[in-house]
Amino acid sequence: MTSTVGIGIGRDLAGVAGLKLVPRRYYGRWVAAALIILALAWVMKAFAEGQIDWRVVGQFFTAPAILNGLVNTIIMTACAMALGIVLGVVFAIMYMSPNPVLRGVALFYIWFFRGTPLLLQLLLWFNLALVFPTIGIPGLVEWRTIDVIGPFMATLLGLGMNQGAYTAEVVRGGILSVDVGQTEAAKSIGMTRLTTLRRIVLPQAMRVIIPPVGNEVISMVKLTSIASVIQFSEILRNAQTIYYANARVIELLIVAAGWYLIVVTLLQIGQFFLERYFSKGRGDRRAKPQVVEEAGA
Amino acid sequence: MSASPTDAIVAAANVTKRFGELRALNNVSLTIAPGSVQCIIGPSGSGKSTLLRCINQLEKIDQGAIWVDGQLIGYRIKGDELHELSDAEIARQRLSTGMVFQRFNLFNHMTVLQNIIEGPVTVLKRPRQEAIAEAEKLLARVGLSDKRNAYPIELSGGQQQRIAIARALAMKPKLMLFDEPTSALDPELVGEVLAVMRDLAASGMTMIVVTHELGFAREVATDVVFMDKGEIVERGPPNAVLVAPQQARTRDFIAAVLK
Repeated sequence: MTSTVGIGIGRDLAGVAGLKLVPRRYYGRWVAAALIILALAWVMKAFAEGQIDWRVVGQFFTAPAILNGLVNTIIMTACAMALGIVLGVVFAIMYMSPNPVLRGVALFYIWFFRGTPLLLQLLLWFNLALVFPTIGIPGLVEWRTIDVIGPFMATLLGLGMNQGAYTAEVVRGGILSVDVGQTEAAKSIGMTRLTTLRRIVLPQAMRVIIPPVGNEVISMVKLTSIASVIQFSEILRNAQTIYYANARVIELLIVAAGWYLIVVTLLQIGQFFLERYFSKGRGDRRAKPQVVEEAGA
Repeated sequence: MSASPTDAIVAAANVTKRFGELRALNNVSLTIAPGSVQCIIGPSGSGKSTLLRCINQLEKIDQGAIWVDGQLIGYRIKGDELHELSDAEIARQRLSTGMVFQRFNLFNHMTVLQNIIEGPVTVLKRPRQEAIAEAEKLLARVGLSDKRNAYPIELSGGQQQRIAIARALAMKPKLMLFDEPTSALDPELVGEVLAVMRDLAASGMTMIVVTHELGFAREVATDVVFMDKGEIVERGPPNAVLVAPQQARTRDFIAAVLK
């Protein structure tokens, strides 16, 4: 037995195999963690010593105006996102349609709503009465625009239409991610184009669509705060209204931040389960040994 | 436009299909009798898969006409004009054919059973329980009853292809198209798929099979077509085309495959 290994170390193979394993040491991680803890301590010290009355934070955390704003934020997030997703799916399908008219409309929609600032769109909707004093079907039903498009409606339309333009691109990407063989198989069993989309393509596209849309729901929770400029009473606007009266600016901002964090955390948990549901048939939902074998085969 | 040849289940007349400059099919004519098994062989790029896909309207032909089950496909004759059919009408025409793909194309988000009943329930509007009973018979027929609740990813290629055959059969087609059904399989899995196809042929199903399995063609085919460069070079009973080919191109191809 003269087998040696390495560059002239001169140990035999069995000897090396028997040596103790020492994991790599990550000094950088320890240094980084220490620096972060220091920075955190400094920030916390500043907050502790600053002019912050934590009792005020506690007192206003569940104040009716704040809770009311929270409910409005949640309702608006749900409604605007629902509108955005519906519009996104519809416009993505139109965009990919063989019909040039539908494709043109979808292109224009995406171009316009992605091309202008959200704040500007909100102001446009809120001031729609300046262009259309009344809306409805002429001669049949008509309403004064001011009555129909209040802060809630303007915010819903602004956020929802804007979201739809972005979601359309996300949905389109999801549809494109589904193998063309799936569409051909669906056609071969006699499905029409729309049935194929509904039954075969969209359910599989969901796996790709859900993560970015989940991300956008979380953005939406916070985007609703922009609607404070058109007097929609969501959390931030209500917090501002309170601190204009009592001058407890930081305390009220901490209250608002706390609620945003709570809502976003809950949404993240929901997203986890949703993603797991739509990954069915992809092997990552049922971690059976059999799946691993197949992947290796 | 001549009337459809009523005795043939598929009749293709002077079919040309171009992809840009390439003539994938060049003036191809072919008739297929009900109950026959037609194997199409030929080098890759010879147009054999394209012909199959034209029969199922996955590709639109540029010239010529194809009748399937007595119906002109893709168009309606009005006077001396051909009017393009709607999406829904084309979908209805596809019901007379079933198709099996090289890459199986099972619906990945559905279990085996859901894959099989999807067509009968969604397209044919059959009652769910009835469709499930039928699907179970088909699963037994392809020997995969124990996999009814598995997802496609959990199955081997051979098993997926047998399910794909069951899914096509669930629509009760008059004609089955196979597009290189064993080309994507590991060699040891080819046999199980060919066995299912052999049973199907024995049951009297009309089949058009694009394949490289010359052994299968020789054993099962009623007719073999050899295609090259978008044209039908030679056609005849398997013992003629495969054993004693008349054309040099056919001889070269068979020699190359058997090597």
